[in-house]
Amino acid sequence: MKVRILVRLKPGVLDPQGRAVHHSLDSLGFEGVEDVRIGRMIEMDVADGTSDETLTKMCEQLLANMVIEDFAIEKVDPVGEPA
Amino acid sequence: MPFRAAVVTFPGSNCDRDMAVAIEAITGTPAVRVWHGDADLPERLDFIALPGGFSYGDYLRSGAMAAKSPVLRAVVKAAERGVPVLGVCNGFQVLTESGLLPGALMRNAGQTFVCRTVELEVANTSSPFTSTFDADTRLRIPVAHHDGNYFADEATLDQLEADDRIAFRYAENPNGSRRDIAGVLSANGRVLGMMPHPERAIEPAAHSNMGGADGRSIFENVVKSLVAA
Repeated sequence: MKVRILVRLKPGVLDPQGRAVHHSLDSLGFEGVEDVRIGRMIEMDVADGTSDETLTKMCEQLLANMVIEDFAIEKVDPVGEPA
Repeated sequence: MPFRAAVVTFPGSNCDRDMAVAIEAITGTPAVRVWHGDADLPERLDFIALPGGFSYGDYLRSGAMAAKSPVLRAVVKAAERGVPVLGVCNGFQVLTESGLLPGALMRNAGQTFVCRTVELEVANTSSPFTSTFDADTRLRIPVAHHDGNYFADEATLDQLEADDRIAFRYAENPNGSRRDIAGVLSANGRVLGMMPHPERAIEPAAHSNMGGADGRSIFENVVKSLVAA
């Protein structure tokens, strides 16, 4: 089973990287960009029976830093699209 | 009894030797060097230091992998027994990732690596690391980091201040840290994480912007606290 973990900064946590990228997009002439936030995507191949509870524990214990980050778990079918 | 200190080395640590040299210079006894894969620490330790560097290449997040290494479980147990633990720079990141200290260290607000000597204000004067300082004490100690921007939510920051757990503040904030925080203590005051490098400031240097000896006192305070105990 392929699983995609999206880790992103919690709302309200300042994202200096996102702000710098936002500034670069502006300077390249792209208009209408309201906000940029940068996160991390982790793709994993796990045993088919892996429970949501186990995946959540993986996120809480290692993949995300719960002080500053939120996470979302997406199960991906073999074609690569979200299930 | 000689002072028994341990310095932990992770793959990618690069200030571990400096830390060991500083400890030996100040205590007269060589520090025991411990490897990240060691499940046990030497017995009867007086002090544990987690050095700066880029443990595990900063993979995932600074300090995240080291916080899950076998030796950290032993460090957590030692800290629970009251052994003083100092984490400097990457060591501070490891301490927050391990849960021994609250908060997190994010990318510097200015996005750039900051490498210079900064002035610190001493905020806590009662911990084993800071007990000989007074409220007016200023220390000049070098910083060198990319992820030194201390973050915790407002409620946590209020609680840290109420509990006198801010060890040091930057006189001029170099990295965007909330409330200018440069160092944080555990609830019992025996675990200190700080971004500045006291082990790089243990002897006077000819050039005014290099070295200095203000870092010595932090180690000397730990030694004194044990003699007094």
